[in-house]
Amino acid sequence: MKIAVCIKQVVTRDWPLRVAESATWVRDQEASFEMNEPDAYALEEALRLKEKNGAEVVVCAAGPARVSQVIREALARGADRAIHVQSDELAFADANAVAEALATSIRDEGFDVVLTGLQSDDQGFGQTGVILAERMGLPHATIIMEVEVGDGRLRVKRELESGWFQWVSLPTPALLTIQSGINQLRYATLKGIMAAKRKEVRIVTPEGLPTAGHRILKLYVPEKDKATRFIEGPPANAARELVRLLREEARAL
Amino acid sequence: MILVIAEQRGDVLNPVSWETVSAAQQFGDAVKIVVAGDGPFGIAEELAAADVSEVLVVDHPALEPYTSDGFVDAIAQVVRVEQPELVLWPHTYQTRDYAPKLATRLDRVLIPDCTGLKTHDGGRLLIRPMFQGKFVADVRPEGPAPHFASLQIGAFPAVSAVRGTVPAAMRAINVDVDADAIRQQPEKPFKEAKQAVDLTQAERIVAVGRGIKDAEHLPVVQGLAKALDAELAASRPICDSGWLPMDRQVGSSGQTVAPKLYIAIGISGAIQHLVGMKGAKTIVGINKDVDAPIFEVADYGIVGDLFEIVPALTTALGDDEST
Repeated sequence: MKIAVCIKQVVTRDWPLRVAESATWVRDQEASFEMNEPDAYALEEALRLKEKNGAEVVVCAAGPARVSQVIREALARGADRAIHVQSDELAFADANAVAEALATSIRDEGFDVVLTGLQSDDQGFGQTGVILAERMGLPHATIIMEVEVGDGRLRVKRELESGWFQWVSLPTPALLTIQSGINQLRYATLKGIMAAKRKEVRIVTPEGLPTAGHRILKLYVPEKDKATRFIEGPPANAARELVRLLREEARAL
Repeated sequence: MILVIAEQRGDVLNPVSWETVSAAQQFGDAVKIVVAGDGPFGIAEELAAADVSEVLVVDHPALEPYTSDGFVDAIAQVVRVEQPELVLWPHTYQTRDYAPKLATRLDRVLIPDCTGLKTHDGGRLLIRPMFQGKFVADVRPEGPAPHFASLQIGAFPAVSAVRGTVPAAMRAINVDVDADAIRQQPEKPFKEAKQAVDLTQAERIVAVGRGIKDAEHLPVVQGLAKALDAELAASRPICDSGWLPMDRQVGSSGQTVAPKLYIAIGISGAIQHLVGMKGAKTIVGINKDVDAPIFEVADYGIVGDLFEIVPALTTALGDDEST
């Protein structure tokens, strides 16, 4: 079995982001980056499918040269090789452009299963996987919490809303978008980090990008729904003041 | 003309569809509602109460149960025939499952999870959160109509949907769906074993997020929950990590709560969490980042190190009891 897992590099969750001067993107030149967390669950699921059924796991990532950081990490965790679709424009491209770039570069690999995370922590489009499925002509299922591999088919557990679930089966090749929490993540071992250095990373340069389906005209800090009353001072004083306000003003205690 | 795609499952209308109707009406254009399924006539009648120009009924046996392949095929035909300027969905799990594929098939992109609509230079702009709700963006769909967008649950009040004085006209739309071409075979939906914890009944909730850093620090918040006689809850990442069981999760994929008091500790306030708790009467945010989105909904905030503030709060409550 050949499994592709698509990962994205995003700005580190704790990075104090500010809007860039262009007001259409964030200032991320000095930012630190990490693997998009939902994609880490997709990677983990690919590695577990490999351990259980035997498979080759290929990491696919689209973005500028700096994306090699998360590719190395995925290889260190146990992926076998990688395809890096490299282009600076892909750093802030929308799901459509990313999916198109990935589809063109991985179509000929003949993957049996393609996994993506549910959504990205930056743009949060939550549709790169679904668009990729359409562009590769694959059936798909989304928000997956369990994967069973059968003969030429997959049986997967979809999360629905309000605590409901549903098993769906579909023929391979197929694409799944993986829900966070499907498994427990592993970390790279020292041995894995050493081994990753010898693994193949194929760099592909996309030939032009599709026209964007949308344009960000302005990025800004949202207006508040409520005026938050901030309580300052040393922790002990702030805590006492909060208890007083909760009791006397909010009548919540 | 705006086309609203209503959602039904098992012949029951998903009430968030009314939120989308309400948003489409606010935009001032002619609005048509589409409902698809195997004989969804009862739901069509329910929707015909809305002040819209038409309710379009897409009736085909291959549309029950829901599959992404079936719905992409059917709704794409409706869009091609009706030629709307804008197609709107509620941003549900079902929409997320097929609407992006539908947009791709029609050579467009779905603009998802929008919280607002506005006009600008004679065109439409959609407003959507980005970077986990830290920012919002004004977004313009590019290229010619139709454009596609989904609306965040709760962003437009369902009660604002205007009812008509007489029922809207209903019209059947014939679609050709090849049942054999549907690749997904869904089984019956089910619920996991009964949830042990019912957070919806809790008067007070202490909720913990990533800021707690490690499962071994949980006693810090457990102590506060005990002092407040509150239920302990968590944001999704805490449950994903297995630090607390899934039935303690508040948010779009967990429970929706509205307690008298909700204390969010080390929770940045991603929209998936906020939708599950913003109905709480009094919200307290404790977070090291003053820009965290939790402070968009918090009544009271303390900015700082939760490992100092939470024990101080537990102590202050103890002192308070004894006086």
